Amino acid sequence: MELTGSMNMIGYGLAAIGPGVGIGLIFAAYINGVARQPEAQSRLQSIAILGFALAEALAIIGIALAFVL
Amino acid sequence: MSFVGTNLVRAEGFTPPGPGDFNLPPIGGGGEFTFLGQSMVLGVTKPMLQLVLAAVLVYLFFRAASAKRAMVPGKLQFAGESAYGFVRNSIGRDIIGSHDFMRFVPYLFALFFFILLNNFFGSIPFIQFPTFSRSGMVYALAALSWIVYNAVGMKKHGFVGYLKLQSVPSGITGPMLLLLVPLEFMSNILVRPVTLALRLFANMLAGHLLLILFALGGEYLLLHGATLVKPVGILAWLLFIAISFLELLIQFLQAYVFVLLNAMYISGALADEH
Repeated sequence: MELTGSMNMIGYGLAAIGPGVGIGLIFAAYINGVARQPEAQSRLQSIAILGFALAEALAIIGIALAFVL
Repeated sequence: MSFVGTNLVRAEGFTPPGPGDFNLPPIGGGGEFTFLGQSMVLGVTKPMLQLVLAAVLVYLFFRAASAKRAMVPGKLQFAGESAYGFVRNSIGRDIIGSHDFMRFVPYLFALFFFILLNNFFGSIPFIQFPTFSRSGMVYALAALSWIVYNAVGMKKHGFVGYLKLQSVPSGITGPMLLLLVPLEFMSNILVRPVTLALRLFANMLAGHLLLILFALGGEYLLLHGATLVKPVGILAWLLFIAISFLELLIQFLQAYVFVLLNAMYISGALADEH
């Protein structure tokens, strides 16, 4: 069996583990917070989305570099 | 038709979709020219038309929704008002703060529905091309938001005061500043518009690429695969449907995140020093 393709994509797959774990932790903390204090949801939501966006930025930079390099 | 030709090509092996599939040819052909050593095509492409279509549709919908303002709203007015209220309250007021959020609501509101509709074009039948999977479209939006939040901050704090606010973290003195000031300046002024644009662009590109992959892969397995792998093609198409729904969620979420970050940058530029 012969495999052809770009090693970049394997590298990107490995690199995406980090942000994946990070985003999981962020939303785990968010769900915990809402479960303990449901009235804080609106405050926590924007913080959680901001954290999600920052962690996701790493994955985004990764996919951009995977296509470019 | 060229179906036979494509089948003959395909029968040799599966060609996976790539970023090249997003380079649509200009409608009706266009002239070529060279700019900075790159050969470019001068013409109107499908995503350009989609941008205009989205702007027109958003305008027409909210025009119709606000045409007959009644005390007891009808269905259309109710939909328009809840859409407006969503952006105004959950993005504008909660992030920027009740003091000066109303100035920015028109910008955020227009931006949100423009991006949302353009993203949904990726799933709407017969259009099925997310406008913002072309990076140039997104860079313009990010440049606009970069100008808005920097201009707002400079207007409030003055040029030097604004740079100080964005690049000198509070409560830190001494040699640590040498390290932190360039970092903060990079992250707040230079990298922000890039990540803002790349986030929307890469999500739309990767999501649509995934959909193309499942559709083409399912077709290839079903039509050209050995007998035993043909059912896998059907499985791929079922997954295609599931991923389409995930894609709808992502399209909404990315529009929300883009506008939310815009609001956060504006509120950061307006923040008072402590």
